[in-house]
Amino acid sequence: MEKTFNNKAWFMVLPVVLLVAFSAVVPLMTVVNYSVQDTFGNNQFFWAGLQWFEEVLTSERLHDALIRQFIFSAVILALEIPLGIAVSLCIPKRGVWSSFCLVLMALPLLIPWNVVGTIWQIFGRVDIGLLGATMAALGIDYNYTQNAAHAWITIVVMDVWHWTSLVALLCFAGLQSIPDAYYQAAKIDGAGRWKIFRYIELPKMNRVLLIAVLLRFMDSFMIYTEPFVVTGGGPGNSTTLLSIDLVKIALGQFDLGPAAAFSIIYFLIILLLSWVFYTVMTNYGKGEGR
Amino acid sequence: MAKITLSNLAHAYRPNPQSRSDFALKQMDHVWDDGGAYALLGPSGCGKTTLLNIISGLLIPSQGKVLFGEVDVTRLPTEQRNIAQVFQFPVVYDTMTVYDNLAFPLRNRGTEAHLVDARVRDIARMLGMTDVLGKKAQGLTADAKQKISLGRGMVREDVSAILFDEPLTVIDPHMKWELRTQLKALHREFGHTMIYVTHDQTEALTFADKVVVMYDGEVVQMGTPADLFERPAHTFVGYFIGSPGMNVLPAKIDGASAYIEGCQIPLSRHYSGLETAKTVEIGCRPEFLTLTDRPDGLPVQVRRVEDVGRLKIVRADFFGREVNIIAPEGASISDRQNRVVFDPARINVYADSWIVEGKAA
Repeated sequence: MEKTFNNKAWFMVLPVVLLVAFSAVVPLMTVVNYSVQDTFGNNQFFWAGLQWFEEVLTSERLHDALIRQFIFSAVILALEIPLGIAVSLCIPKRGVWSSFCLVLMALPLLIPWNVVGTIWQIFGRVDIGLLGATMAALGIDYNYTQNAAHAWITIVVMDVWHWTSLVALLCFAGLQSIPDAYYQAAKIDGAGRWKIFRYIELPKMNRVLLIAVLLRFMDSFMIYTEPFVVTGGGPGNSTTLLSIDLVKIALGQFDLGPAAAFSIIYFLIILLLSWVFYTVMTNYGKGEGR
Repeated sequence: MAKITLSNLAHAYRPNPQSRSDFALKQMDHVWDDGGAYALLGPSGCGKTTLLNIISGLLIPSQGKVLFGEVDVTRLPTEQRNIAQVFQFPVVYDTMTVYDNLAFPLRNRGTEAHLVDARVRDIARMLGMTDVLGKKAQGLTADAKQKISLGRGMVREDVSAILFDEPLTVIDPHMKWELRTQLKALHREFGHTMIYVTHDQTEALTFADKVVVMYDGEVVQMGTPADLFERPAHTFVGYFIGSPGMNVLPAKIDGASAYIEGCQIPLSRHYSGLETAKTVEIGCRPEFLTLTDRPDGLPVQVRRVEDVGRLKIVRADFFGREVNIIAPEGASISDRQNRVVFDPARINVYADSWIVEGKAA
């Protein structure tokens, strides 16, 4: 059949172009705009080229924040993914208790970030917090405002408490979709509990795990509110993660240029790592064996 | 390998079954021979899957016993029963290669590596999968996956029985034939007892030595395909087997004659004692009815003729009931042929739906 060419059809795409332009491209370009200019106030801007990028990339302060950020995300993924899988395996498959567990699991997810931060900030206080006071009573020297290790443990535990449910719920959905025949076949084939997990449950959870890993990576890499509320980035700079530092530069010091350059690099890192996770996990289990 | 004995077996899904209708599986006693190929045939909800699950150990029957050989396995869990099962949908371990999939049941039981290898290669050769042994199972087609499932069932030499739960449902029609043929070949070569659940009569009749027809929780007939065709024990078997099914017509029987609406149909045997039955029917397969213009036939009115290639199916009206008549391919069917003749030797008599044996006249 002859194809009809009609350039007017391009107008049909116009609404989408406008929508994407105003929701994504224009705000992003504003940031790009800031990143290549300098200002001394009064809304006067000067061309600065790649100066801010050079500055940001060579700044030791930002290197440290980036390293802290990588460690934080790695710890979060290493704790929450296995824990989430383990929890999902323990949830009853059906019945009242199943629903009960699901509701219980969903509760932390419904609490706003700053409230979570406040809860843990108070919870951990040595003078009035249940956790802090209990630790003090037991003779354990715990103080997240003065000890960097304690501050780290506190925000990691807080994030695990807040977000493991998400991984568990996603994995549970993945487990629920496995037909009973697989478990029956595994019994008949004489597979033990570990082999059922390794060869049936884990491969079948592959897709939801990908989503869980991506979401938890992106969220933990961009985390701001909770650690800011609990530790404010301290003691010292010990819990100053990337976005906390970014806010300090952009709003604390009002260095728009470096902050913009920083934002773009930040964005590219997240994009790159998400792509790596996606590619690795979707290709896992495919292709030729031996 | 062992023969399978179902002794006094019955199952109800609800506790404390009161009446007969509470039982999903009504009481039965059967012995299935070692090395036989059996097909459980019946419509949806007839209890065939219940029976299969009892044999595989997924269900414990409410009463009775299941014996493999002389061993009572009624309460043994699936993994201790030494059976294999192939499910309706292919179950493969996606991340393993075809080789590892086939080796899995053997390795789990601690079989030595060289024995595993020999056996896996043997099975792969039988299934025609030697060239894909190194491939991951995930990327294969549905029928290749189902072949792996079959292979995993077959790979253990010592299984008591292999159970098939409608295994060809998801397979393309042209592959069904091939897989069924392969199954038969595997059965001949390895001699496992095979139990094959299906609602497709062609599948059952081509696969099995003995077909077990189930209806409403009961085994209504167990026999060779020829038995089921020639002497259906129950009118249901008559309807269900054959295409179209048997013609079943209410009749009065007097000695060696049946009467429908006052017309006499001669029978080849002598029947008596049918007065107590609530319903008396005669059944005759469409293959044994002949359309004719001879005056000795019974009056019918032809409604429709369906030419299915090899033969013609005549749908006719016989005293207000539909009867099917099969005419040979070349037969010309004219308006003058308004009479039907029954083959007396092929008429079965049913009292309350069950067949009645006559005495030789």
